[in-house]
Amino acid sequence: MAQKKIIDDLAIVIGGQAGQGIKSIEHLLTHILKRQGYHVFASKEYMSRIRGGVNTTQIRVTTSAVGAAVDRIDLLLPLHGSVLAHCAARISPDTIVIGDTTQMECRQCVPVPLKQVATEIGESVYANTVAAGVVLGLLQIDHRVAHDYVRQFFARKGADVVAKNITALEKGTKIGEQIAYAEDIAIHIAQRGTVRDDIFLSGSEAVALGALAAGCNFISSYPMSPSTDILTFLAQYGKECGVVVDQASDEIGAMNMTLGAWYAGARAMVTTSGGGFALMEEAVSLAGMTETPCVIHLAQRPGPATGLPTRMEQADLNLALYAGHGEFPRAIFAPGTAEQAYHLTHRAFETADAFQIPAFVLTDQFFLDALSVIPPEALPHLKNTKHITETAADYKRYAIMNDGISPRGIPGYGSGFVRVDSDEHGEEGRITESFTVRRAMVEKRLHNKLPCLRASSIVPEYIGAKDAPTIIVCWGSTYHVVREALVESGRPDCAMLHIAQVYPLHESVAALCANAKKIAVVENNATGQFADLLLRETGIRAHQRILKYDGLPFFVEELTDQFKKL
Amino acid sequence: MTALHATNHFDLPHETDIAWCPGCGNFPILHTIKKTLVALNVDQQKTVFVSGIGQAGKFPQYLKCHYFNGLHGRALPPAIGIKASNPELTVIVESGDGDVYGEGGNHFIHAIRANPDITVIVHDNMIYGLTKGQASPTSEVGLKTPLQPDGVFVDPLNPIALAIALDAPFVARASAANPDHLKKIVMQAVQHKGFSLVDVFQPCVVFNKVNTYEWFKNHTYMLEETYDPTDRVSAFAKALESDRMPLGVIYRNDRRVTFEEEIGVYAHDRTPLWRRDAAWEKVEAIIRAKQ
Repeated sequence: MAQKKIIDDLAIVIGGQAGQGIKSIEHLLTHILKRQGYHVFASKEYMSRIRGGVNTTQIRVTTSAVGAAVDRIDLLLPLHGSVLAHCAARISPDTIVIGDTTQMECRQCVPVPLKQVATEIGESVYANTVAAGVVLGLLQIDHRVAHDYVRQFFARKGADVVAKNITALEKGTKIGEQIAYAEDIAIHIAQRGTVRDDIFLSGSEAVALGALAAGCNFISSYPMSPSTDILTFLAQYGKECGVVVDQASDEIGAMNMTLGAWYAGARAMVTTSGGGFALMEEAVSLAGMTETPCVIHLAQRPGPATGLPTRMEQADLNLALYAGHGEFPRAIFAPGTAEQAYHLTHRAFETADAFQIPAFVLTDQFFLDALSVIPPEALPHLKNTKHITETAADYKRYAIMNDGISPRGIPGYGSGFVRVDSDEHGEEGRITESFTVRRAMVEKRLHNKLPCLRASSIVPEYIGAKDAPTIIVCWGSTYHVVREALVESGRPDCAMLHIAQVYPLHESVAALCANAKKIAVVENNATGQFADLLLRETGIRAHQRILKYDGLPFFVEELTDQFKKL
Repeated sequence: MTALHATNHFDLPHETDIAWCPGCGNFPILHTIKKTLVALNVDQQKTVFVSGIGQAGKFPQYLKCHYFNGLHGRALPPAIGIKASNPELTVIVESGDGDVYGEGGNHFIHAIRANPDITVIVHDNMIYGLTKGQASPTSEVGLKTPLQPDGVFVDPLNPIALAIALDAPFVARASAANPDHLKKIVMQAVQHKGFSLVDVFQPCVVFNKVNTYEWFKNHTYMLEETYDPTDRVSAFAKALESDRMPLGVIYRNDRRVTFEEEIGVYAHDRTPLWRRDAAWEKVEAIIRAKQ
């Protein structure tokens, strides 16, 4: 039998029915592997159901940090027979499949009687820990590192549970080591001491922490996948961090409540997904008219309507861009990495507050669920600016200013009155039907503000040779997959341009693209919404749109193939 | 219009073009509210009016105050957000029956559940005025309008019964035709802790030719002095009376905890959110714990 060698990059897939405990295996593996000094990156795809179906989690164990999913499966751990059919197209003769053949029919499986081993320990519930152990054994992990983590993780469940899990992990590890020997499997991935001190961060946590760092002290939202984790995170840490957390009765209420909170001086946000955001649109327009700041985390998922509730798509750029009747400015951020999500969510608060506009953070399911390992220094203390002004007796909420930004007062701070109105209003905030005032107000809140807002836009990240003839443009969560595929494709003539602020575009976007002979835009949607925006804003026409809209993120391999053909 | 009434510090310092029709029931409500605020001695700088859209929604325009005049039907959510962000503020919602009970019906239900300490004054004229005379959620069956040429056939919403069913802590009804009584009721409503509803019968002299001053006079009566508003079951029975409807405090529950008390962030510190800084040490500790 030929030796199976896996070097620098191991792609593990754990699959099973919802409720079978994939998450607990993922948790044990990722945390123990990180403590051992491996770079790990985990992403998942799952069905919109509580039990049954087939869900999978991919864990990449790598020598250098990665942040994308691969199509290839090096090691498959099916917890249910249905996983084999679900992953059939991705299983190659090189895939090592480890499964309990007493529970499923699997010709390619290296048989491991997980259930039997677990039952001998006490209960079948330990099968998941045995399975985690098998993977760790294949990687020849340090047993002490693994035991220490299991002890810590199960501590609150009591000594008996800890002891049985250690036994389960130990048995699994031995089986894994035996398989590695018997099947001649050699896995070589470099360990880095620094990884041990890094932190685990999901995209959702990065957004929520960015909000907390920005002094977010109010969130009212309605649960909707995949946006809910931010609301839950803030609920769990809300009291200690002084955050008012409200599960609203609907998204209309949530957004209107958020505007009330900002009006009274809070720093508030909503977290929602496409359908929920659609309900908020009228209030986004109210924010535009009343020049009330607000931060909207819009977690994209495939639509229209209910679509694929738990899947991935980048098809709500136009929704964010055009949401709300009438004309008013806005800012849209689209983080590509967990670190960026932290910084950009903070920036969304600062931008909303400074310019008195709605600011969006646009993410998606793949991004929010993905678990990265990053150094804690990547989430530094960030400065918050107090934009609220103390009002004087003659205060006018909508005083005409050259930059369009009237000082924003709040009730109870100063001697003036703060009047905001959904109707067109004069400087004092009172209803008017004067055409002259209307014109002045449109110019103030739109024409005068937009250039200042544009000047504050984030410079996009250009990676590659200067003046590369081909530029691959991407935005949001496709950052890592484009970057990795570009390296894999061996195309030094191609550069990557990642846009983290999709609106307003930084002026350098046009300048950078203008010199390229070929522009390709990569997007997880069916039409190329960003390519359209690029054309509208800069006059630059993409020569190629590389699109994916089946509900899954791009895999490194498929983009590599596409880039080779460019 | 202000000339007929004694001036107070809630009056606008200048003449203004009020968009209400001559004889509109909104005028006596406006004058009464201004007088009530003076009588209550509320801090003008810490009083915020919130309204939706409609003729009643324009109410805050006509007195000297802070206001948030938002979207149609959406007066309650910003009012809750304002109160929860700064509990020092007195928050009063002024809007119409179409706004609060129709377009904003869902918010009405859930705001009572949440129980913020706000006062909600609904100008109930049983008609849509600003859109020129269509049926409202409280229009009586049979009312003919250009949009309901054969008469309204859906049953009206009973806001008093609904609020009592939801255990709103203060449910009252008053009439624009009786300003002295309205003042007494609104004073109690503002002072009562929690969600206080005052449904105010307000004749629309242009579009509602049925529910006139005369009609309201003939179809209402004052609750007796002996009436006990804390008995929920008898309050519900009062709410269902339809030939002649009771005016006064119909239901009161002094035991409900408010939204601001429940949310936790003010338990040990009453400081409004705007005066607080980001809790960076706590955020940093959360980050470190992810190692």
